Amino acid sequence: MSKTPKTPVNTMPHGIQPRGERQRITVTLNGRERSGYCEPRDLLSDLLRHELGATGTHVGCEHGVCGACTVHIDGVAGRSCLMLALQADGRRIDTVEGLAPDQTLGDLQQAFQRHHALQCGFCTAGILMSCADYLKRVPDLDEAQVRDMLSGHLCRCTGYTPIVAAVLDVAARRRQAQEEKETSDA
Amino acid sequence: MKPAPFDYLRATSTEHALEALAHGGEDARVLAGGQSLMAVLNMRLAQPRWLVDISRTDELNTVRVDNEAGQLVIGAAATQGSVEWRPSLRDEVPLLALAFPHISHFQIRNRGTVCGSIAHADPSAELPLALAALGGDVLLRSTKRRRVLAAEDFFQGMLMTAREPDELVEAVRFPLKKPGERYGFAEFSARHGDFALVSCAAVVTDKAIQIAVGGVADRPVVERWPRLQGDDLRTALNDLSWKLGAQDDAHVSATYRRHLVRQLGWRVIEEAM
Repeated sequence: MSKTPKTPVNTMPHGIQPRGERQRITVTLNGRERSGYCEPRDLLSDLLRHELGATGTHVGCEHGVCGACTVHIDGVAGRSCLMLALQADGRRIDTVEGLAPDQTLGDLQQAFQRHHALQCGFCTAGILMSCADYLKRVPDLDEAQVRDMLSGHLCRCTGYTPIVAAVLDVAARRRQAQEEKETSDA
Repeated sequence: MKPAPFDYLRATSTEHALEALAHGGEDARVLAGGQSLMAVLNMRLAQPRWLVDISRTDELNTVRVDNEAGQLVIGAAATQGSVEWRPSLRDEVPLLALAFPHISHFQIRNRGTVCGSIAHADPSAELPLALAALGGDVLLRSTKRRRVLAAEDFFQGMLMTAREPDELVEAVRFPLKKPGERYGFAEFSARHGDFALVSCAAVVTDKAIQIAVGGVADRPVVERWPRLQGDDLRTALNDLSWKLGAQDDAHVSATYRRHLVRQLGWRVIEEAM
C-alpha cells in the first residue's frame, strides 16, 4: 500500500554514539597525547579530572558562570564544563598544568605569586588560562580590558585588585623583554 | 550537575545534520557552541533524546561578506569570537561591533555561536536585537526545503522561533553598513556580562530613526520614526516604553524598565545622531 517516501526520514543517520556507551577519546593534553573513556553526557571537565587525572582544572558551578574550569581548546580559552568530552576528541587541550611544564612556574604564575593574586586558589587555574589567551591577543592591555576579561571569573577571596595588578605587571614585563630583545638584535 | 543521558551525533556535513534532525524531530536539539544549551542540559532544564553536534561541521563554520547582496553571512558553526575579532567588522556591520562587548564574557564568546544565540531567541540577548534592528534575516534548511525568514518573522516569543523541529538555522545575514547610516547600542544589567534588563539599538539616517528594544517584551521590538528631536523624541520614547508591556519581576519593577527604555533609548539615538 504505502509508497516509499522520497526522503527516507525514518532511516537512522550514521555515526550515532548511543547513550551510556563509553567511547575512547584522545586529546593532546599539554602537548602529550592522552586517552580516556567517556559516555556522551560526560563533560570535558570530567574527562580531564576523572579520566586523565588532570585535577589542576577545578569545577565550580558547572553551568559556565564561575569560570574556574576554563581551559584552552585548540588554543582558545573556553569553559570545560560547557563542552562535551566527545566534542574534544582529536583536539588540543591546554590546562594550568601546561603553564609550568617542568615544575617551574611560568611568568604569569610568578606575577600572581608576587602580587598575592590568590588566596584559596580555587578560581586561579581558570583565571590563569583566560589571562594566557587574552595576553596573547592583546599584549599591551589596559586596566579596563583586564577587568572586562576577568568579569568572566568569580573570585571570592582577593577582590580582584591584586589579580589586575599581576596581569598588568606580566604584560609590562613581557613588553620590556621584547624591547630589550629588539634592541640587542639591532 | 550532569546532563541526563542522550544519544550523540557529530554531523560531518550539513546534509548529515539535516538527516539527523529529520529523524530526531522534536526529540533532537542542535548543539553548536553549547554556551546556552550545555548550561541548560547540566541543570537538566532540558533533557533531549538526541544531540546533533554541528560545532565541527566545517561547511557551517563560515563568515563571509556578500557584497552583491550587501550582507555579512554567518554560518551556523561560526563562533561569536570569530566574528568579533574580525579586523574589518567595524566597517562591515558597525552595530555588531558595538554589541559584542556586551554579550556575556570573552571566554563564552570564544565558543558561543552567532546563529545559536539567534536560534535560542532569548528576549534579552544582544544578537537577536541587532539582527532585528538591522532588518537581517535567517536561512532555514531541512532535508525537504530551504526558506528565508526576516528577523521579525523568525522571532515568535520568549525562546520561541518559527524554526520547525526538522530545520537547521543554516546561516544568518546581517545587512552591511549603508552610507549615511549611524548606529548606537546600549544596555543596562546588574553586572557586566549578565543578561540585560533592557537593551537598545538604534539605526539613524538623515531622514529616519529605527530603534530596537530588547529585554522588555517577549522578543526584540523595532519601531520606525521620522527623525524626531527634543520633546517629540521624548514623547515617542515614552509611548514606546508603555507599548512594550513591561512587567514586574524578581529583578526590577515595570516602572524601572520603562525608565530604562526612555533613558537608554535617548542615549542610543543621540549616539547615532
